[in-house]
Amino acid sequence: MSAAQRFLEVKGLKKEYVAGNPILKGVDFSIDSPGIVAIIGPSGTGKSTLLRCINRLIEPTAGQIIFDNSDVCLASGKVLRHLRRQVAMVFQEYNLVERLSVIENVLSGRLGYMTSWQAWRRNYLQSDINNAYELLAAVGLEEHANKRADSLSGGQRQRVGIARAVMQDPRIILADEPTSSLDPKTAVEIMELLEKFASEKNIPALVNMHDVKLAQRFAKRIIGMSNGHIVYDGAPEGITDEHLKKIYGGESWLD
Amino acid sequence: MQKIDHHWQRFTLKQKLSRFTVYLFFIVALVLSVRTVEIIPEFFFDAPEQMVDLFSRMWPIDFAFYPISVHDAMIETLNIATLGTLFTLIFSIPLALMNASNIVASPWAHWIARFFLVSSRSVNSLVWALLFVAIFGPGVLAGVLAIAFRSVGFVGKLLSEALEEIDMGSVEALRATGAPWGAVMLKGYWPQVKPAFFSIVLFRWDINVRESAVLGLVGAGGIGVVLNDSMNLFQWQQVAMSLLAIFAVVVAAEVVVVNIRKRLI
Amino acid sequence: MAGLNKQTASTQHNPFPRNWWVSGLWLVAAIYLVYSVNAMGLDWDRFTAGLGHADNLLSRMFPPNFSRWELLLEGLIESLEIAVISSVVGIFLSLFIGLLAARNFMPNWISTPVRGFIALCRSFHPVIIAILFVKSVGFGALAGILTLVIATIGFIAKLFAEAIEEISFKQVEAIRATGASFVSVILFAVMPQVFSRFIGFATYQFDSNLRNSTMVGIVGAGGLGGTLFSAFQRFDYDFVAAILITIIALILFWEFLSTLVRRIF
Repeated sequence: MSAAQRFLEVKGLKKEYVAGNPILKGVDFSIDSPGIVAIIGPSGTGKSTLLRCINRLIEPTAGQIIFDNSDVCLASGKVLRHLRRQVAMVFQEYNLVERLSVIENVLSGRLGYMTSWQAWRRNYLQSDINNAYELLAAVGLEEHANKRADSLSGGQRQRVGIARAVMQDPRIILADEPTSSLDPKTAVEIMELLEKFASEKNIPALVNMHDVKLAQRFAKRIIGMSNGHIVYDGAPEGITDEHLKKIYGGESWLD
Repeated sequence: MQKIDHHWQRFTLKQKLSRFTVYLFFIVALVLSVRTVEIIPEFFFDAPEQMVDLFSRMWPIDFAFYPISVHDAMIETLNIATLGTLFTLIFSIPLALMNASNIVASPWAHWIARFFLVSSRSVNSLVWALLFVAIFGPGVLAGVLAIAFRSVGFVGKLLSEALEEIDMGSVEALRATGAPWGAVMLKGYWPQVKPAFFSIVLFRWDINVRESAVLGLVGAGGIGVVLNDSMNLFQWQQVAMSLLAIFAVVVAAEVVVVNIRKRLI
Repeated sequence: MAGLNKQTASTQHNPFPRNWWVSGLWLVAAIYLVYSVNAMGLDWDRFTAGLGHADNLLSRMFPPNFSRWELLLEGLIESLEIAVISSVVGIFLSLFIGLLAARNFMPNWISTPVRGFIALCRSFHPVIIAILFVKSVGFGALAGILTLVIATIGFIAKLFAEAIEEISFKQVEAIRATGASFVSVILFAVMPQVFSRFIGFATYQFDSNLRNSTMVGIVGAGGLGGTLFSAFQRFDYDFVAAILITIIALILFWEFLSTLVRRIF
């Protein structure tokens, strides 16, 4: 596989919040094809940290993150912002701006493309506005466009979160536990949406999750993490109880 | 296929117009003010230089002045603030009760209470001091009353708001037992507003310490009198000493209030 | 203790245990009251004599004398100008200073000195700051404006900083992740969370500046306070009454306007 097709490459990524106590202990992987990649592992194993390092919401301690032929870790200022706008993020708690309307939350996905003055004037391009409405229709929330974001239910908010992410016209989507705060039915719907947008845009979506079954159902590839290391990386069918024991520890929870 | 452009606006026309009116009002007010206010530009640009000059004349601080006049005046200032805060309770508690709609139901009582509370707040403590100096002559008494009268509005308003916010369930339960009015007050309302009451009074005391430091400028006692005298004599090093003392006491008062509030609440 | 139990037993069971700390506070207050009244030489004769003066003063205040309305209007307009300019400039500066002081946005080496500056602005009473400005930039409106700008920063910048520190950082993170610039993050993730509180603070501060602008004149910093002070010194108590009524009316009018503004935003 040539480097030109490569979406993302993470090399030797380390992160320690407190010196001498690393949470990521050298993570290596690369993403060469579109579609959903699930990252599974117990809480506190550094899944969130990993995703947040990729768009530098958290500063990595060491290692390289190659995206768009440049090292994200070395970027700063404008270069970093241009990298970030190509890396969309979906959050566990949706992180919508609650006092803004739904449509404005979707439009805020374009902020990386706008100058501060345009942002202040709310000068969105007409094409962006059209696009935002289409995306809202695609996630089934057209009629809620002018409601305030805090009036929506959890599932609806996450749809808005996904629409905002897609609005960025990203080359990769990072989703940090997008379904953990939702009921099982809504969780499946959200995963379907992520799958749909990933295949439409032909981009990868890196999704952190707890639920192994859900991961096996949607992911083309599963990365299993434990204790700051990658312990499994491969097809969802290849994951065995042995692997799960290694990832989560113990076995009583397996039936 | 014909593409339909979606129309999107952050605010409706009516919201826009009313916001616009407010902005316009402020801009017009600002422009009018800037154009008509009497400011001599030379004075404005000269200000930093003059400030530096003033501060240089304050240095070194005349610490010897502290035991001579500052110490006693500072104690007097603290007494004015504290006594004023205590006296204000005599007026503000009844007014707060009258103003709280869950205690006194009569709208007449509300309007009367409101009138006194608003008047008290609208007149500055220095103006109150001027009035009381005119009545009682220069001295501490005028200062204490000025502080007391200025605080009535503040304490009364906040206290009546606190009273209105309480949970009426326990009050109704007490009424249902046939408890007399006084008992309902003491056992129904008081336990619920107690933390708010103390924090309001402490907060006001903190403000009053600052205010009582300047009352002397119009003759109502305290450190302000000393400050005024040294200023009239252009004794800037003594002025600096007084200012330092005020600063220290104000900071100390704030620390005391913060710590007491922590323990009470 | 037995005595207290007897007292509480007369009503219902007290759901809150008696707080000895608070009871002690009342005792200290009572002792203090006796001490300070004696220490400051407040006596009843002086008070009653004063009440006689008060009667006299009130009869000279009423009816209020509006015949010198031109002088009154001149002072009123200057007060308004001072209030408007100082509020706009002060609030504008406070927006930035408040942001710089917010510990969740700024590194410590920026926020700590900025916080110190805000605390310094707060620690002196506006009248003292006014005196310093009058000495350095001369009598008139400029001193008043500078004073109230400092007062506004001391109050509003602190509240702004606290409001910004209380926001949900998740929304900030989300907007930051879209690649938005720092300014856009402030506009889209911070402002929506704090704007309505800012409007509340700003209208409150304008109200406070309006009151203070009628006061700083007492030390020569322009506005209605100067007119008031000279009326006092000339014993024109009917004119004093007219000025006080005007001030109260002005503040009531602003209270009406500010509820309107708050409804719009």
